[in-house]
Amino acid sequence: MDVVLLSRLQFAAATMFHFLFVPLTLGLSVIIAVMETRYVQTGNETYLRMTKFWGKLFLINFALGVVTGITLEFQFGTNWSRYSAYVGDIFGSLLAIEATVAFFLESTFIGIWIFGWKKLSKKAHAAVMWVVALAGNLSAMWILTANGWMQHPVGYVIRNGRAELSNFGAVITNKFALLELAHMIPAALLLGAFFVMGISAYHLLKKQHVDFSTRSFNMALVFGLVASLAVAATGDMHGVHVAEVQPAKLAAMEAHWETQTQAPIVLFAIPDEENERNLIEIGKIPYILSFLGYHDINAEVKGLRDFPKDERPPVLITLFSFRTMVALGTLFPLLTIIGLVLRKRLMENPWYLWIMVFAIPLPYVAIEMGWVLAEVGRQPWIVYGLLKTADAASPVASSQVLTSLIGFILVYGLLGMVGFYLMFKNAVKGPEPADA
Amino acid sequence: MVLQATWFFIWGLLWALFFMTDGFDFGVGTLYPFLGKSDEDKRKMINSLGPLWDGNEVWLITAGGVTFAAFPLVYAVMFSSLYTALMLILFALILRGVSFEFRGKVDHPLWRKVWDTCIFIGSFVPALLFGVAFGNIFQGVPINQEGIFQGNLFTLLNPYGILGGLLFVALFLVHGALWIAIKTDGDLHDRAAATANRLWPVLLGIAVVFLIATAVFTPLYANYLAYPVLFLVPLVAVAALLGVKYFLTKKAYFKAWFASAATIVFCTFFGVVGLFPNLFPSSIDPAYSLTAFNASSSPLTLRIMLIVVILFIPIVLVYQVWAYVMFSKKLTEEDLSLEEAY
Repeated sequence: MDVVLLSRLQFAAATMFHFLFVPLTLGLSVIIAVMETRYVQTGNETYLRMTKFWGKLFLINFALGVVTGITLEFQFGTNWSRYSAYVGDIFGSLLAIEATVAFFLESTFIGIWIFGWKKLSKKAHAAVMWVVALAGNLSAMWILTANGWMQHPVGYVIRNGRAELSNFGAVITNKFALLELAHMIPAALLLGAFFVMGISAYHLLKKQHVDFSTRSFNMALVFGLVASLAVAATGDMHGVHVAEVQPAKLAAMEAHWETQTQAPIVLFAIPDEENERNLIEIGKIPYILSFLGYHDINAEVKGLRDFPKDERPPVLITLFSFRTMVALGTLFPLLTIIGLVLRKRLMENPWYLWIMVFAIPLPYVAIEMGWVLAEVGRQPWIVYGLLKTADAASPVASSQVLTSLIGFILVYGLLGMVGFYLMFKNAVKGPEPADA
Repeated sequence: MVLQATWFFIWGLLWALFFMTDGFDFGVGTLYPFLGKSDEDKRKMINSLGPLWDGNEVWLITAGGVTFAAFPLVYAVMFSSLYTALMLILFALILRGVSFEFRGKVDHPLWRKVWDTCIFIGSFVPALLFGVAFGNIFQGVPINQEGIFQGNLFTLLNPYGILGGLLFVALFLVHGALWIAIKTDGDLHDRAAATANRLWPVLLGIAVVFLIATAVFTPLYANYLAYPVLFLVPLVAVAALLGVKYFLTKKAYFKAWFASAATIVFCTFFGVVGLFPNLFPSSIDPAYSLTAFNASSSPLTLRIMLIVVILFIPIVLVYQVWAYVMFSKKLTEEDLSLEEAY
């Protein structure tokens, strides 16, 4: 196998694995900070137990998020050296700023939070958790600014055979990156909220830790409700922007071959990329694609046939990841709205609690699919319109990459199993009894 | 020119700070199976690092990130050339990080044994390989005109590279033993102090051989001969190393640890000053070497990043010092009985 394919597989494995942990870190940190703040405000020990219990699950998750993030920063150099040399002037500085401004803060303060319970006042300790939560999300902002630049490069000139920074302000106010952020932050909060709601629902079903779980559930429900609505709204805005700056991605998302006005969507399709058509199309609804892409039912939507063959993203993956994300994204607000209605009678509605237990993995799937859509839909470009993925890999031997890829799969596979086992074990065990 | 040269030294400083901070974590982790006789000893050792190791590791992320930002070509060529070595370091760091968190989560001897082994591997391997990598950078690496590495992992395992690895391991072992002596009392403290005393002559021996070998294998002394005042840098390193022994004898472990930290920083700077302006020299032809002047980012990026670094690195130092002060006292029963402790 060639180096580019192996490097892509490795990067996909490494980022997707990393992203099993990052959203929970981002979302749950905020929820825990609120719990601890409530403890400081009310002095109610239940809030302290909530902080400790969710904090324990948070820390197992956090450890895996941190260690898997380190490899990513170095993989640009090890596996994508031609990319790194080409874009380092801009992309590299964003990563360096992330480390200096945000990651230092998060990593130093998490240590203080874990070990500082007896060394700090209650207020200071809660404030430390807020620093952790904000620094984590600040970190996400810089990483998304870097990704946003790959999706829609701005503020650069091509000079000395590479992309050089010409306008830093344009890079950090890149609309693409801001929309990614506006979509990602609530998505992470949603994932955190569903995590808390699902585990709380389990204990309510078992009729144990009732007060603790009801409080946790209802606090998370507020976040879940707001976040699920925000995710849908920003997703729509993001889609419109994609239509404008990445029309090939939009066409692939919908397996839309023919340029036309009043363009339809199909609910389900199996594309035949060889013959530039769809083998199966089910549920064709006119106008909708024009409306979704441009908020105008008469707008013209460019079809895949009008893009050169070597500038089309893989249609099948783009299409399916988009559909999965949107279907789940529609389900989440429904579940949280039902929760809002039933919030006072949770124990009397075990069917809903069961749904919420089984809903825990769904935001994970939705977020991973969102990233598959963003990254695969950008292909064949590594930097949209500037540099192709095929020209970006390192001049290393494929045997080296194959070896490290196998290493990644083994090490990450094992650690992932151990990590999720520990989270599962502690989640099922539930919080410490009140007097401990 | 001035901007690029400034960045060269910031680059060196960040690596030096990484080695100084995470260095004692590596040392403690390497000594872990040897000094940790009981489970309590082991818990004391990892809890002595508990609040700090994560923040320390970010110096590596920052050093890597700054290499990417200020010298993208160096980042690209260095990390792809050192592919296998770097991957081994990264896997080792992954194991170390999760081991701290996982070890205490299941009460079973085999479970703990697995993570104990990972803590050792995850500390020893990076210590050794960072030394090997920097040894090779000091003497030059076989990269051709296109910046493509002409060798493999075993090319790096040459005598001077291995010597660099041994030097780093010895530096970090002393640094780590001193940290354990600071953070614990009783039997573990005594054994840690004794270990530091025993390791010190070994470190001195390796350092002397390294300084001589550097003259044989590398062009590092050229800068020093051109500007003899620069010899102050290795002199301070040697003085700091002697200071370690002086304070050890007086049982002033904090001062000894500071002297050890200074030794590490000035040892790194001995190499960095000798390298200037090379960041990744080619052993095939000096014309292929990547330098601060032919591999840097645009002046605009360098200026913006300089502002970021000047504003934020001092802030980072302030809150890290705050954390160090908070967690510099000897571990107590209360610390170890904390629900969140490792």
